Formats: sequence, C-alpha cells, structure tokens
Amino acid sequence: MRDEVILLVEQCLNGLQFGLLLFLLAAGLTLVFGIMNLVNLAHGSFYMLGAYFAATFAPLTGSFVLGAALALAATLVVGMAVELIAIRKLYGRDHLDHVLGTFGLILFFNELVRLVWGPGGMNLPLPPYLGTSIEIFTDVHYPVYRIAIIAVALVVALLLYLAVMRTRVGMLIRAGASNREMVGALGINIQLLYTLVFGVGAALAGLAGLIQAPILTAQIGMGENILIVALVVIIIGGIGSIRGAFIAAIFVGLVDTVGRAFLPELFRLAMTPAAASALAPALSSMLIYVLMAVVLVLRPQGLFPVDGK
Amino acid sequence: MLQIRDLTKRFGGVLACDSISLDVPVGELHAIIGPNGAGKSTLIGQLAGEISPEEGRIFFNGRDITRLPTYRRSALGLARSFQITSLFLDFTVLDNVALAVQAHAGHSFRFWRPARDEPALRRPARAALARVGLESRADVICANLSHGEHRQLEIAMALATAPRMLLLDEPMAGMGPDESARMIALLSELKTEQTILLIEHDMDAVFRLADRITVLVDGGVIASGSPDHVRMDPQVRRAYLGERTARRHG
Amino acid sequence: MTVLFTARNIAIGALLAFLALLPVYAAATGQFFPLTLFTRIVILALAATSLNLILGYGGMVSFGHAAYLGVGGYVVGILAKEGVTSGFAQWPAALAVSGIFALAVGALCLRTRGVYFIMITLAFAQMIYYVAVGLDRYGGDDGLTIYRRSQFAGVIDLSGKVQFYYLCLALLLAAIWLVWRLVNSRFGMVIQGARSNDRRMRAIGFPTFRYRLAGFVVAGMMCGLAGALLANHTDFISPASMHWTRSGDLIVMIVLGGMGSLFGPLIGAVTLLMLEEGLSRVTEYWQIIVGPLLLFIVVHAHGGIDGILASLRRG
Repeated sequence: MRDEVILLVEQCLNGLQFGLLLFLLAAGLTLVFGIMNLVNLAHGSFYMLGAYFAATFAPLTGSFVLGAALALAATLVVGMAVELIAIRKLYGRDHLDHVLGTFGLILFFNELVRLVWGPGGMNLPLPPYLGTSIEIFTDVHYPVYRIAIIAVALVVALLLYLAVMRTRVGMLIRAGASNREMVGALGINIQLLYTLVFGVGAALAGLAGLIQAPILTAQIGMGENILIVALVVIIIGGIGSIRGAFIAAIFVGLVDTVGRAFLPELFRLAMTPAAASALAPALSSMLIYVLMAVVLVLRPQGLFPVDGK
Repeated sequence: MLQIRDLTKRFGGVLACDSISLDVPVGELHAIIGPNGAGKSTLIGQLAGEISPEEGRIFFNGRDITRLPTYRRSALGLARSFQITSLFLDFTVLDNVALAVQAHAGHSFRFWRPARDEPALRRPARAALARVGLESRADVICANLSHGEHRQLEIAMALATAPRMLLLDEPMAGMGPDESARMIALLSELKTEQTILLIEHDMDAVFRLADRITVLVDGGVIASGSPDHVRMDPQVRRAYLGERTARRHG
Repeated sequence: MTVLFTARNIAIGALLAFLALLPVYAAATGQFFPLTLFTRIVILALAATSLNLILGYGGMVSFGHAAYLGVGGYVVGILAKEGVTSGFAQWPAALAVSGIFALAVGALCLRTRGVYFIMITLAFAQMIYYVAVGLDRYGGDDGLTIYRRSQFAGVIDLSGKVQFYYLCLALLLAAIWLVWRLVNSRFGMVIQGARSNDRRMRAIGFPTFRYRLAGFVVAGMMCGLAGALLANHTDFISPASMHWTRSGDLIVMIVLGGMGSLFGPLIGAVTLLMLEEGLSRVTEYWQIIVGPLLLFIVVHAHGGIDGILASLRRG
C-alpha cells in the first residue's frame, strides 16, 4: 500500500511538472490570441527551437545554465523576427488564414531544423548537480531536475502574473485583449507591442522546450504533439485568460499523468488483464480529450472566459 | 399581440433594462425612442431571443416566449430587421429573400432539387421584393447594393417570413432625405397590414407613423402614450433637450 | 455558346480528359508509376472534396478531417485482419463508422465557432490518432498491413491497377456531382447561408445546428470512403494517415485549388501532389519551399487556382 502512495505522490509531482510546462506553452499561445486575435500553430516550432538551441549552446559554452539562457535569448529573437517578417501579414484576416499561414511556418521550421541539425535529434545531458535525486520523504527519492523545473516554472508564472497585473505594459495587454481600438487610440505603438508580445510568447515556448530537452531529447516535430495538448489547455481554460491557462494546465497535466499511470490498474480491477492491457493505452491517451469534451458540454466558452470577445 | 412584463437585464454592474413593461396590441405601430445607451438594442435583443433577461416575461400572441431560442420565435411569426445591416452579402438579393421564405416553407433536409428552381420559394420572394420596391435589383449581388437598398432589403426579408409582427430596429439608420421619405411611405403602407414595434431616432418618422410611443432613458420607461401626450411630457423634454442623466448602476 | 469555353472550363475539361486517358497511356507504354501516383491523387481529391463541402461551402474549418481517412481505412484493415474481406461488408461499415464518429465529434464541436471550432476539431482528430496508436492488436504506431484487398465477388478486381484507378476516378466524379446537387439544394442553401451569416439564419428561422451537423456527417462519410480506398491502394493503414498534418494537407489542397468551387479540391490535389513529386526530385528539403509558398498563397492568392482561372475570363 505504501508503494501505491509513493507512486501516487511521484505521479502527482510529475503531473504538476507537466502541467507547469503546459502552462508555459499555453500562456504564450493565449497571450498571442488574446491580444492579436491570432491563432499561431507554429508555436510548437518555438518549443522545438528552444530545445535545439539549448542542445547546441550548452556544450559550446560548457555550462547548462548559460546555454539555456542563450537559447532563450535566441528564441526570443527568432520569435520577433518571425512576427516582423511573416505574422504581420496575417493580422486582421480570418482564422483559416492564420491556421494555414502558420501551418506553412511549421513545415518551414521542421525542414529548416532538419537542414541545420540533421534528422537525428539531439541530446542535452544534465550537469551533475542537476542529475541526482533528493529524498523528499523517507525513502522516497525524486529527481532534482524535475524539482528545478517546477520551481522555475512557478517563478515564471509568478513573474508573468505580476507583469500582466501590475505593470503598465501588462495593463495594456489586458486592455488590448478586450479593447484593441482603445489601446491604439492611446497612441501606444501597437506594432511594437505586438512584436514584443509575440517574442515573449515564443520565448516562453522555447523555455518549455529547452526544459524538456534533457528528458525527452530535442527532435524534429516535437512541437506539434504538445501544441495540441496546449490547445486543449486553453480551450478548457478559456482563450485569452492566463489565469484560466494556469489552472487548466495544472489540471490537464495531473489528469494526463496520473491517469496514464493508474488507469491500467483501475482497468485490471474491472476486467481481464488481457482486455485491460489492450484498452488502457488507447484510453489513457483519450483522457484529456474526454475532459475537454465534458468542459465543452458544460461551459463552451471555457472555465474562465475573457469578457468582451 | 406583444406583452412585455418587468423585463430586466444587467451587464455586470450596469442595468441596461430596468423592469420594462409594455403592450403592443394587434395592428398598432408602437415606436420606442430614447437617447443612445437607453437600452433599446438590449430590449430588441431580448425580444429576438439573442439576450436572456434576468427577470421578466415576454408574451407573444398569448404565448410565453421568454426562453425560446431565436429561430423558434421567427417560426411563431416574430420577424426582425437589424440596425446594423446583417445580410447574406455574397448572395443575390433574390437569394437573400428566398432564404427567408425557405425558413418558413417546411424543413430543409431536401438534397436534390436546386432551391433556385423552386417557384414556391422564388415567387413569395419576388413578391416581398416588389413590396419594398427592390424587384428590379433581384439579381444583383447583395454586396453591391447601396446602403438605402440594404435597409429596404432588411425589411423585405422580414416580410418574406409572413410575420405576425415586425420588430424594426432603426430601419432608417444612415439614410438620406429621399430614402427616408420612401421608407416612411413604405412603413405607412405596412402599418395597415402588420403589427409593428419600431425603434427609431428619426423623430419626424416617429411622430408621423406611431400610434403610440414609449420613451426609454437609462434602461427605464419614462413615458408611454399617444404621440401628443409624449410630446408634451416634461420628463421627455428634459431627456431630449439637455440635462444628461447619469447612468444608473444597479 | 461562348460562355462555355472559359479558361476555367477548358482547364478543367483538359484535366478530366487527362485523368480519363491516363490508364490508356500507362497500358500502352508499360509505365505504371504515373498511374499509381494519380490513383493516390484521385483518392485524396475525394477526401478534399468531402472537406470542401463543409469548409468551402459551409465555412466550417475542420482541422481534423483526415481522421475520417483513418477511420475508413482502419475499418477495412481491422475487418480484413479479422477475416472479413468482402468489400460489400467492409465499405458500408467504413461509411457507417465514419458517419457515427462525425456525428459524435460534430455534435460537440459545432456548438462552438471560429477559432474554438478549429482547435477542437484538431484536438478530437488527435485523440482518434492516439486511439489508433494504442491499438496494439492492429499494429499500433507501426500500422496494419492489409494482405487482401476488398473483394467484390468478381464484380471488380481491386488488385488490377487500371480497374482500381477507374473505380476511384468514378467515385470522385460521383462525389463531385453529389456535392454539386447538395450545395444547390435547399439543404445547401442553409449550409451556405450559415457560412455567410449564421446569426441572420437563426433570426429568419433556421435551426442551423442540425443542418450543419448533417453536412458534417455527410462529409465524414465521404472521407471515410476515401479512407477505404486509400487502405486498398497502399495495402496498409497506419495512424500517420490521420495525423493532423494530413488534415492540414487537405485544407491546403482546397485553398490552393479554390475554396467553395466544385473542382477546386481536385485541382488543388493534383497541384499539391505534383508539386511535392517535382520538388522532392530537386531537393530533399522541398518542404522548406512549400511552407513559405503556402504563406504566400494565403496572403496574396486568396481565391486559389480556380480564382485565378475565373478572373482570366474578366481579364
């Protein structure tokens, strides 16, 4: 029984970590959508770039942290460049155009990465001080790195919250989300604001990517699969709402991780082992989508919809 | 025909409609006037079924329609025109009206016969267009019409649904003097055939057409009665002549 | 009848003639690769045509349509593996199962609009993808090989390249004709009206949800049929055929060819797949060109090829 509890605690922590990672992705997506009314499918490409940049800069500089910082900066720059060159042309168009245009960007970035870094993917080894585990309860060990991820993500979430709620720029962001004309009329340089917001969104995605890189390795196309989970998060949370994204992300992260870990167990209680092992993998992947479907039935605008849309 | 009882709607802290009550008997042309922000659009929204009231009831032809969805109200004979033109811009004028006819011509799970070949749809559509004077423009793409013609088309579409009552939301919005005169003429003809609830800013039209007038200010009814009565009412004069009343917060 | 011989009609006529005569050329020269390529093109054109019904005409941007390709294909594959190889059983089953999925997904998605709708269709398609990956018994991620094509008791032999090609072409043309009748019928008027101005449709008395759902189901079933054809064509079905990027490909075909035009999806399928074929011979990194090209088309050539051809008449 104690083993079960340990497993549960572990999985909850993993779920929390995954949720926070999803939040980093979802925050960027929902910011961009909320302010620029733009669906950016290529958001996953920044996630991928963050991982690849980190895997390149870390061995180059010899330091994991320095490599990560450089990767973050590089992703920010790429994000702003993409906004200037490509995304600008899509503002004001209908959502199908956004989807198609950014889909084109995905294709472009996947091939670009393949061209520059080759098809094989890259590893990002952890420095020794991050590679160990610590004892969080008696006899229960948890990897230091995962704790670091949770800490970093929480700090970023806090900074984001403070930035959006307490600064002038944040006020503009919140105002922009519900009243674009007013912000424009205030004489604020909307173009610059958009470039910045897009860049920050990209950097957040890149951060999530580089954080995941030591665990999952950097791979071509890694952004697409997690992008969809991030979309599920913002659908559940309500498009345009950062608070919604946070709560939904944690929720989704927990449901997915804990669900995948324990669903086979639950199934084995109810049916034959053969049936359980046949059904469990398929159904555990379905969990978060079922969750999304339930939310859609009960509250189609999401749990924390932003007013004035 | 239409009875509104204590209709109340709040948006956050703002009381858009404050316990509005109103009756429109059969055959009457009842006008609603009031300054901007008085709650006229919110009222129409609730009558049409796009906004749900917090409190109050709406009775149409004896039936409580307060919770009915929009398309069911249309089926019962409540037709509406929009203040900001809301048409099918990429269809022809005739197609626009034919759609309105089709909505009331049985179900549309018919997959075979081209709808544009159906006289049962096209004839009433042409008749409605003729009624408003647009029959010569039947085959023009809607997007290519002038603003005044759009407003006429709005009325045609409402008429094509063979309504029992018309809800007209500022039909003369944005019209020049000639077009307005034509619209007033059309409305005076229509009022002999239809029950009409008219929202308008154009006072000339209102006082010429209305059998009774209700004045809304800040979400509440401040006067209701015959045009002469309303013209003389001191509160109405105050509301229109100056002193802006502060928005009520509920 | 000068109106008949517009640039657009000539182009479409030429394309159809080419498609009809291709097997003759293949049989004469013994070169069957073009036939294989074009069988695939025709099948994907069928899938794109089904999507065009709801996207081009109905304005429902479903980013998960490739899921029905997978569903149709898997029904055929699973039944074949379980011993049911008769096409008379498999194909109606593929249609039925696709229809049921479309009904379920549509009932949930169509309660939303705009970008929500796009994202939700994407999410559900991904869900179906993961379900397929989880089907260990049927190959999971590696996919399922189909050892015997659908049998039609001698009426037609699907392993014959030419016969199979003509069947696919016939089904595509039948589908285009069906779409033509649908969009001009009363039903089609409702779908198009809902795309143009859904609020007004409800104001004049249409309960638009049920009609859009019906359209969604028809499109899903048509695509399921394309999936059954695809499974037979490749003798294989895997989750990759319903990855959401495949849905993106279908949308690209429609936009490239011209949304809301009858032959647009076919034109788009031919163009996209020929482009891929051609570009991939030039460089293995051809997608680097397709990406920005797509962006360019979205920004500058909005009506697709059909739009360009149609404007040639005026110009």
